[in-house]
Amino acid sequence: MLKVRMLDAGEQGLVVEFGDEIDPAINARVRRLGRIVATEMAERILEVVPTYRSLMVYFDPLIVSRKNLREKIAEYLSDLEAVTADDDTARVITIPVSYGGEFGPDLEFVARHNAITEDEVIAIHTSMPYLVYMLGFTPGFPYLGGMSERIAAPRLDVPRVKIPVGSVGIAGRQTGIYPIESPGGWRLIGRTPLQVFNPLSENPFLFAAGDYLQFSAIEADEYGALKAQIDCGEYVPVVRYFRGEGN
Amino acid sequence: MLTVIDPGVLSTIQDRGRTGYRAFGMPLSGVMDRYAFRMANILAGNGPDEAVVEMTLRGGRFGFPSEAYVSICGADMQARLNGEIVKNWSGFRVPANGEVAFEAAESGCRTYLAVCGGIAVPKMMGSRSTYLRARLGGFQGRVLRAGDVLEIGAVAALPSALNELANRYVPRYENEVRLRVMLGPQDDLFTEDGVRTFLGCEYTVSYRNDRMGYVLDGAAVTHKNGADIVSDALCPGAVQIPGNGTPIIMTADCQTTGGYAKIGTVISSDLPKLAQAKAGDRVRFVACSDEDAILALTVENKYYEEALRESQLRVGVRVR
Repeated sequence: MLKVRMLDAGEQGLVVEFGDEIDPAINARVRRLGRIVATEMAERILEVVPTYRSLMVYFDPLIVSRKNLREKIAEYLSDLEAVTADDDTARVITIPVSYGGEFGPDLEFVARHNAITEDEVIAIHTSMPYLVYMLGFTPGFPYLGGMSERIAAPRLDVPRVKIPVGSVGIAGRQTGIYPIESPGGWRLIGRTPLQVFNPLSENPFLFAAGDYLQFSAIEADEYGALKAQIDCGEYVPVVRYFRGEGN
Repeated sequence: MLTVIDPGVLSTIQDRGRTGYRAFGMPLSGVMDRYAFRMANILAGNGPDEAVVEMTLRGGRFGFPSEAYVSICGADMQARLNGEIVKNWSGFRVPANGEVAFEAAESGCRTYLAVCGGIAVPKMMGSRSTYLRARLGGFQGRVLRAGDVLEIGAVAALPSALNELANRYVPRYENEVRLRVMLGPQDDLFTEDGVRTFLGCEYTVSYRNDRMGYVLDGAAVTHKNGADIVSDALCPGAVQIPGNGTPIIMTADCQTTGGYAKIGTVISSDLPKLAQAKAGDRVRFVACSDEDAILALTVENKYYEEALRESQLRVGVRVR
């Protein structure tokens, strides 16, 4: 196991770095420490941000000193491996996606690029759940891991100015969902009617780091029906639980 | 209430920012210059986190159908009340049907208009701050436009006396800014020469500066093995060095994560100085310790406490 490093990010940030690669086991330790710090030090820190391989702890140095924080975290780190797996049960959230057509203008490119059919791209994309390593880029944007190389595709040379909310795309070996309308260069293969980010909701985000997303193909006409249900708040996302590997 | 007659170049509603959702990729947002913001709220008789109007480079014109008490802090935009010049860094009464108008900033970049009672846009995810990129918060998630009508929070009574901030609390905005920076979290990814360049050279604020970040022009800071890292967390003040070697200082609306190595982090007490810098202004980085940063924070807080006490002596107890 790599030595954990604690680094300064200004007077209000402490980075706890577990490594320098994208690895589910490292990411699981980051999130586990994040949960412990957020629970044990709830009153004394501002917030924690888990990323691929490090945990950012934001704090007010006039409330808790860096020295004190470092000591506490060192303690938690030594307990880390002993934490029971009970709270490590992962959520798998089903993301219905209408692939191709106007929702996925680049599905055909991704298929051609990999010399397979569009149906094969869909079958591979929906074949397994993807770990949400972290959220960033825009509110609610998931950095997902585990997509097959067989459907990898380069980014667009010229990014699109406006990508519609809910678009599902591929960039290199990454896949993701656009939670808000934004510019972007990912190859768009489909769209989900789910609201992955709703600032007006009490729980504005559909998923968090550590969840898994399972894409599931729906027909274009189902998209409209689901969207109508979602818009009037009648749709409950499909969630199942499992003991995740490396969780 | 307050009506927007002319919004100015770029005016948004901001408060201290939206904390608690950075793990979900939600930027902080909030005011760029927290010092001018805090002083504006103090002078307006508000608590520390009431929402204000943040104006950029050139301010707007605002109408007040009923009597109000407002304050102005930050860049000097030659504010006028019904045509008469009013002092920057002061709070004053606006009579019914009064108009407060601003021009271009003479020095500095951002000016805050606070209103006693606060701008009462609804809170979204715990904050009234506008986050333009996701079109949320503030007034309909966007910049102010002519014709917008903003509600003001209810107050029991308005102050009446003029509330001028003592000169010793008024910063001077120069065209040269020194920013104290704590090295890290990834200063070890830069060559010794690179760190020396970063701390030794003068940089110029480019035209690419906004609420997300300030891109600087100047000598390239060299990495040991390239600029890219496995993305990690990013906060306002973080200095990213992309492949071309010139620094980008992240600001209020910055993304919560980023993939360029960060050589250092500007201390939070110095971010107000950056917020008042504009294209063409010069920036130097000065290394400082954690202790220096905390001392700066303590001094800043002491200023707020003293200014609040003096303000209360001038215009009476805080209304809210």
